[in-house]
Amino acid sequence: MNIPVTHPRLELRGITKIYPSVIANENVDLIVRPGEIHAVLGENGAGKSTLMKIIYGVTKPDAGEMLWENREVHIESPAAARRMGIGMVFQHFSLFETLTVAENISLALDSVIPPAELAQRISEVSIEYGLPVDPHRLVHSMSVGERQRVEIVRCLLNNPRLLIMDEPTSVLTPQAVLKLFETLRRLAAEGCSILYISHKLDEIQALCDSATILRSGRVTGTTSPKQETRESLAQMMIGRALPECQMEANTPGETRLLINHLNLATIDPFGTTLKDINLEVRSGEMVGIAGISGNGQKELLAALSGEQLAPQASAAQICGVAAGKLNPAQRRNLGLRFVPEERLGRGAVPTLSLALNALLTSSDSGMVNHGLISYPAVRSFARNVIDKFNVKCGGDKALAGSLSGGNLQKFIVGREIMLAPKVMIVAQPTWGVDVGAAQLIRQALIELRNQGVAVLVVSEELEELFMICDRIAVIADGRLSPAVPSAQTSVEQIGLWMSGEFNQDAVEVIHA
Amino acid sequence: MPNLERRAQPSTLMMFASPVIAAVCMLITGYLLFTLLGKAPLHAYWVFFIKPLTTAYGIGEWLLKATPLILCGLGLAIGFRASVFNIGAEGQLTMGAIAAGGVGLYFNGMDARWILPLMMLAGIAGGMVWAAIPAFLRTRFNTSEILVSLMLVYVAQLFLGFLVQGPWRDPDGFNFPQTKMFTEAEMLPLLMEGLRTNISFILALLLVAASWFYSHKMFAGFRMQVSGLAPAAARYAGFSEKRNVWLALLISGGMAGLAGMGEVAGPIGQLQPVISPGYGFAAIIVAYVGRLHPLGVLLASLLMSLLYLGGETAQMDLGLPSAVTGLFQGLLLFYLLAADIFINFRIKARKRPLEQIRTVAQVVPEEQS
Repeated sequence: MNIPVTHPRLELRGITKIYPSVIANENVDLIVRPGEIHAVLGENGAGKSTLMKIIYGVTKPDAGEMLWENREVHIESPAAARRMGIGMVFQHFSLFETLTVAENISLALDSVIPPAELAQRISEVSIEYGLPVDPHRLVHSMSVGERQRVEIVRCLLNNPRLLIMDEPTSVLTPQAVLKLFETLRRLAAEGCSILYISHKLDEIQALCDSATILRSGRVTGTTSPKQETRESLAQMMIGRALPECQMEANTPGETRLLINHLNLATIDPFGTTLKDINLEVRSGEMVGIAGISGNGQKELLAALSGEQLAPQASAAQICGVAAGKLNPAQRRNLGLRFVPEERLGRGAVPTLSLALNALLTSSDSGMVNHGLISYPAVRSFARNVIDKFNVKCGGDKALAGSLSGGNLQKFIVGREIMLAPKVMIVAQPTWGVDVGAAQLIRQALIELRNQGVAVLVVSEELEELFMICDRIAVIADGRLSPAVPSAQTSVEQIGLWMSGEFNQDAVEVIHA
Repeated sequence: MPNLERRAQPSTLMMFASPVIAAVCMLITGYLLFTLLGKAPLHAYWVFFIKPLTTAYGIGEWLLKATPLILCGLGLAIGFRASVFNIGAEGQLTMGAIAAGGVGLYFNGMDARWILPLMMLAGIAGGMVWAAIPAFLRTRFNTSEILVSLMLVYVAQLFLGFLVQGPWRDPDGFNFPQTKMFTEAEMLPLLMEGLRTNISFILALLLVAASWFYSHKMFAGFRMQVSGLAPAAARYAGFSEKRNVWLALLISGGMAGLAGMGEVAGPIGQLQPVISPGYGFAAIIVAYVGRLHPLGVLLASLLMSLLYLGGETAQMDLGLPSAVTGLFQGLLLFYLLAADIFINFRIKARKRPLEQIRTVAQVVPEEQS
């Protein structure tokens, strides 16, 4: 790298991007120096992703200028960005599952390289940077962490001078995160600049040299994260201190949800087969299931909610009733309530009003009489949910699709809680939700547990599970570890289990 | 090429304006077309759209032709709302006519009050049975109901042709391919002496109300709507996909069958090789122009019926080919689909004041991705 260190590698001046009714970025300045790991910190909805898409040429800014190595540039497309030396690893990977690693990489390269040579170069790069990848392996057989390596290797083959990583650790075990950090530090030492996007304060303090903090599309601070405290970073990110959950010990009662030797073959060729899953959740208890996405969470949740029937009725028992063969509505009548991971299109219908969305799962609760919808009852129920859970919206007639992710999640969680569950299952309760709303949702779940409801939470955020769960289990490759009390385990232990190595450990814990 | 951007929410105004814009564009195109054909456009329009309605008989014909469109359109709209795309209403109409006609022929000559209701039930059942085939294949083998229902149209029409030229041909009919005429007990009562309009128009109006009640007041209608808008949400809520497909096809098939019965027991009075000038297909346009809403279907049916009538007068007075009706129908659907894009999109403004947007942005601090 023979560029003088005095020039920044990338400089943004006054970048503004406006979407209908939302200002995604307003007057954003950003400077990234060569060989620097620069964090872009902000909570969900702060405008981080939009800013990165502007740099990578996916979208164009409405105002502002961009300087690349001291020259003004207008990046027309991602291909143009790659030619300039910008690489990006997206949060959601863009890989074809039915193709091999080498085939996937060759599709994304702007130049044509003979297959044998390409495989050779993939191996070289992957060994050099400690990113083991077999070029001939089919992508569908790879774990999420391995796929991320493919994405990084694909970027590295273009010899980038700026690598953008969008929330890269949400798909990794804590151990894999440390390995990724080594790779990134190594790249930075060689002069490659890295833009690291995250809302996780610990990671940014551990990894980054400098940070630009965004809130509501505007820059609220530029700082060196290692010299800041968690509190001062949080102050800049959300405008106040990080909220804490209140949770006291509780004596659990009778078993409300029992998963009993659940085996379920998947019909999706890229799905996960569930193997001999056992778990019990008792009244007044919150149990968490950790694991990297794609390890059977989707299949397990569908089997519990009734969207997918179990092979034996006894495989899923709700309040003592064998429910494996019942449909979702019948399971609701037994007291089961479920908040799915996808809010729009599954938990709610985007083009219907909040009132009608309230009706979606509440038809057995006095809102339908003799087949007729009782609109006054439906609307007053929806208004109750909106008030109680502080849902910011234009009233019960607002379309579900017009709400922000956090507000819609509050509405859906609120709807299910207000329907007096005996068993509550929640998938990714705070995924994509801002800090304030996340806090409200977690506290509502804790209160539910305190009232004696059996709560099962499936989440990829380990920190969250340790915050609110009495016991934690790990799902890996369709198998579920025993659930251990959160107080008696550690992030490292759970992290190891996430890679599927829990047979030996599990035995030890049970006999301890 | 102007830039389009997605609206924050679908526009309700465009939802209703779009059929009007489509109708206006259809008229403008028609104007150009008449000019090119050397006809005075304004006179042509008068002949097409006004003249048919200047006599009581004309108005009667207008309502008469609207009736099968309303019946088929209502059923299809319920199905389309549930994302079940039955485009074979023409075939179900034909099978309804065959079933009703069969009952009529079997009891021909008997003077009993129960024959007509029985023919009605037979018509409904005939349409339902024909629609049950795509329903079964879709729920059992996941075949496309679009293709199956369409292909069954031709089977139904050929079956009708076989019947009227073979076993059901009128022995005293000089070898014409048609059945005996139905007797008075087998015909729908007329609304007024001198018009051909019969009580099936009143029945259609009642069904407009019933269909509105079903889709807006009943939970069963809500279930079907959710299945259409968000299948995953319907699964999550526990609404059965199979029930949705069966209901949508049986309702639309039954209504089309009733429309077929209304034709043979009404203006036609017997079975013939062709009993519908494409009402079942035109009803697809009716359903969409009517925004899948029962009242909209009623209005759209009246418009489409006028196109049929206007096409006939234009043939007689202006010497235009009968294809002109199909042309106007096609133009209407074409422009409607084009105008519908503005429900979800708008033309991007070059510059918008930042302050004005900020007030909204603070209410919805959502990241766009």
